[in-house]
Amino acid sequence: MTVTRSTSEAEPPDVVTPGGTRIQRGREFVQLLTPQGERVADDVFAFDHDDAVIAANLRHMVLGRRFDAEATALQRKGQLGLWPPALGQEAAQVGSGAAIAGLDEVFPSYREHSVALMRGIDPLDMLKTFRGTAMVDWDSRAHRFHLYSFVIGTQSLHAVGYAMGMQRDGLVGNPDQAGNGAVLAYFGDGATSQGDVSEALVFAASYQAPVVFFVQNNQWAISEPIEVQSRIPLYRRAIGFGISSVRVDGNDVLAVQAVTEWALDRARRGEGPTFIEAFTYRMGAHTTSDDPTKYRRREEEQQWKAKDPIARVRTYLLGRGAIDQAWLDALDAEAEALGVRIREGCTALPNPRLEDYWQHAYAGMPPALAEQRDAYLAYEAGFEQES
Amino acid sequence: MGETMTMAKALNAGLRRALEADPKVLLAGEDIGKLGGVFRITEHLQRDFGPERVVDSPLAESGIVGTSLGLALRGYRPVVEIQFDGFVYPAFDQIVSQVSRMRFRSMGRLSVPMVIRIPYGGSIGAIEHHSESPEAYFAHTPGLVVVTPGTPLDAYWMIQQAIASDDPVVFLEPKRRYHEKGEVDLTEPPLALDAARVVLQGGDATLFTYGPLVKTCVEAALAASAEGRSIEVVDLRSLSPLDDAAIRASVERTGRAIVVHEAVRTLGIGAEVAARIQEGCFYTLEAPVLRVAAYDMPYPPSKVESAYLPDLDRILDAVDRSLAY
Ligand SMILES: Cc1ncc(C[n+]2csc(CCOP(=O)(O)OP(=O)(O)O)c2C)c(N)n1
Ligand SMILES: [Mg+2]
Repeated sequence: MTVTRSTSEAEPPDVVTPGGTRIQRGREFVQLLTPQGERVADDVFAFDHDDAVIAANLRHMVLGRRFDAEATALQRKGQLGLWPPALGQEAAQVGSGAAIAGLDEVFPSYREHSVALMRGIDPLDMLKTFRGTAMVDWDSRAHRFHLYSFVIGTQSLHAVGYAMGMQRDGLVGNPDQAGNGAVLAYFGDGATSQGDVSEALVFAASYQAPVVFFVQNNQWAISEPIEVQSRIPLYRRAIGFGISSVRVDGNDVLAVQAVTEWALDRARRGEGPTFIEAFTYRMGAHTTSDDPTKYRRREEEQQWKAKDPIARVRTYLLGRGAIDQAWLDALDAEAEALGVRIREGCTALPNPRLEDYWQHAYAGMPPALAEQRDAYLAYEAGFEQES
Repeated sequence: MGETMTMAKALNAGLRRALEADPKVLLAGEDIGKLGGVFRITEHLQRDFGPERVVDSPLAESGIVGTSLGLALRGYRPVVEIQFDGFVYPAFDQIVSQVSRMRFRSMGRLSVPMVIRIPYGGSIGAIEHHSESPEAYFAHTPGLVVVTPGTPLDAYWMIQQAIASDDPVVFLEPKRRYHEKGEVDLTEPPLALDAARVVLQGGDATLFTYGPLVKTCVEAALAASAEGRSIEVVDLRSLSPLDDAAIRASVERTGRAIVVHEAVRTLGIGAEVAARIQEGCFYTLEAPVLRVAAYDMPYPPSKVESAYLPDLDRILDAVDRSLAY
C-alpha cells in the first residue's frame, strides 16, 4: 500500500479535447523557450508577440519575485504572521496573467502574488491579510481579481458560477471580441483532490461555462508529492469531465502565455472550458511555517533550479539584443524601489480596531449586534478612564 | 510515574500507545506522515508504524472522513487529523449526516469508532480559517461525542479513551496550548472521558470553561483570590455529553455561574450550559448565568483577536458583575 511514483513524465504529452480528439505531441508539454533560453517551435501553439512583450513579462517576473522575497523576509522579521512564497512559479503566474484581456476575471488561490500585481493590486494591501491588519483589503471588482481563497479548492466553484453569470449576461461569443470575457481560475495540484474542484469541472462542462482552470502543479501540496493526489498527469483528468486540456511548461513564460491565450480565447468565443496544467515547482517552503527539508530532497530542488523561469528569458532577450545591461540595471533599481516601499509600508500599516468589524457581518446591523458592539465600546472606555 | 511534557508530546505519546495497543487503530490525514503533521502531533509515527498505519491522505476532508467511516465498518479504528479547524467543513456532511448516525440508522447494529482530531481555537496570530471554534456544530449533533483536553495530562489520556470509544468522537485540541508543559501520570487515566473536573475549588462563583481557556480561567480565579474572592473553575472536558451532575454540584456550592469560551456567544456551549443551570438549579442561583465569549462575527484579523477573544480582564469583569448582582 505504499505510494510509488507514477510513470507520468514518460507518457506521451498531448492536447486532449472532448470527444476523443487527442492531438499527439512530440514533447512532455508545450514548451516554446528552453531552460537554456532557446526558442523552440511547437506544432500546435505559437507565441505571437514581439520581444517587447517578452521583456514586459520579464519585468513582471522580476518584480513579482522581489515582492515575494521582501514579504518572506518581513515574515522572518516578525512583521507578517505568515507568507506563502511563490518562488519558482513566476512564469506560470506572469504568463497566464499576461493572457488576461478585456473583461476577463481572475479567481486566485492564495499564492498568485505576481498575477495580483499585474492586476494593479497594491502589494501593501496584500500584506495586510498576512500581517493580520485586515481580512482581504482590495477591491476585487475594480481589479477583476477576486479574494484570495484559503480553504482549498473553494474558489473553483465560485469561478464557474461567475462564468455562468457572464454567459447569462451575454459576454460570450460576441463577434466583437472587446465585448467578451472569461474567467481564469487558479488552484494547485493538491486542490484537484477536493470534491469542490470535481464539482467545478462538472458544472463548467455541463454549462459550457467560459472558464479556464489554471492548475499550477508545483509538485507538492505541503509535504505530499503529486502522486498522493493523482496517478495520471493532472491534465488528463479533465478529459473524463469532457473538458479540453493541455499541459504546459510552467516555467516557460512564453508557452504559458500562448496556451492561456488560446484557452481564454476559446472561452470568450463560447467554445467552453479548458483545463491547463502548468508543470512547475515550488522552490521555497509551502509557507514560512513550513520546513521542506523534512520531506524532500535537495537534489530535487537543485534540478528545478536549473529550470529557473527568469534566467532563461533574460538569456534569450540579451542574446537577441532586445535588452541590455542598462535595461537590467534599470529594472533592478525599480525592484529595489519596490522593496523599499514594501519594507517601509508594511511596518507603517495601521492597526485595525475591533469595533469596525461588527458592521461587516450583515448588510444592516441587527439590533442585538449593535448592542453587543456598544457594550464592547463601553467596556473598552472603562479601561481608558482607569488609565 | 509522572513525566513533564507538552500537550503536543502528550498527544503524540497517547497516539503511539493506542497504535501499539490495537492493530486496528490507524491514523489518516494530510501531511501526517513524513512531516508528522503541521503541528508535529504525529511526528515519527509513520516512521515507527509504517505508511499502512499512518497514512498521508489526498487533500480532501470529505474523502478522509467518508473513507474512514468505511474503514470503521470494516473493523478498523480510524483516527483522522483535520489540519486546522477551518478545514473540517468540507467533511461536515460526512460527520453530521453519516458518521454520527450510523448507529441510529442501523437500529443499533453498526457503530463508527472513529476519532476526528481537530486543532482548534485562536490566539496564534493566524490568517482566517485557522482559528475557528466549531464545537457547537458538533455538540448540536446527536450521536457525536465531543471532547477537548485542557492540559497535557488530559490530552494523553483522553486521546486514548476517545480511540477506545465505540462512538465517534470529535476531539478538539486547543492549539494555542500545544507547547505548554504539564505533569502527565502515565499509569492510569485520572477521569472518565465524559467527566468534568473541578480544577480549582471556590465558594463565591463558578467559571465553567474548557480547552484553551481553562488556563486563562485559572489565572482569573487566582487574580480574583488576591482580591479576596473565592472562584471555582470547572473544566467541562466533555462538551457532549455534558457532565450535568458536576455542573449542578458546583452551582449548588457557589450559586453563581459564568460560562467562558472562545467560540462566538450565540448558541455556543455557554447557551446550553446556562439553560441547563437555570433548569436544574433555579432556586440556588444568586445571579443570572453569564457568558464570556467571542463576539458574534466571523473570526477577525489577528491584530484584533486579543480584543475579540475572552481574556483575563473580561472574565474578571463578568465575575464582578455576577457578584454585584
Ligand atoms: C480544505 C482545506 N484543507 C486543508 C488546508 C490546508 N492546506 C493549505 S495549503 C495546502 C496544500 C495545497 O496544495 P496545492 O493545492 O498543491 O497548492 P500549493 O500550496 O502547492 O500552491 C493544505 C493542505 C486548507 N487550506 N484547506
Ligand atoms: Mg501544489
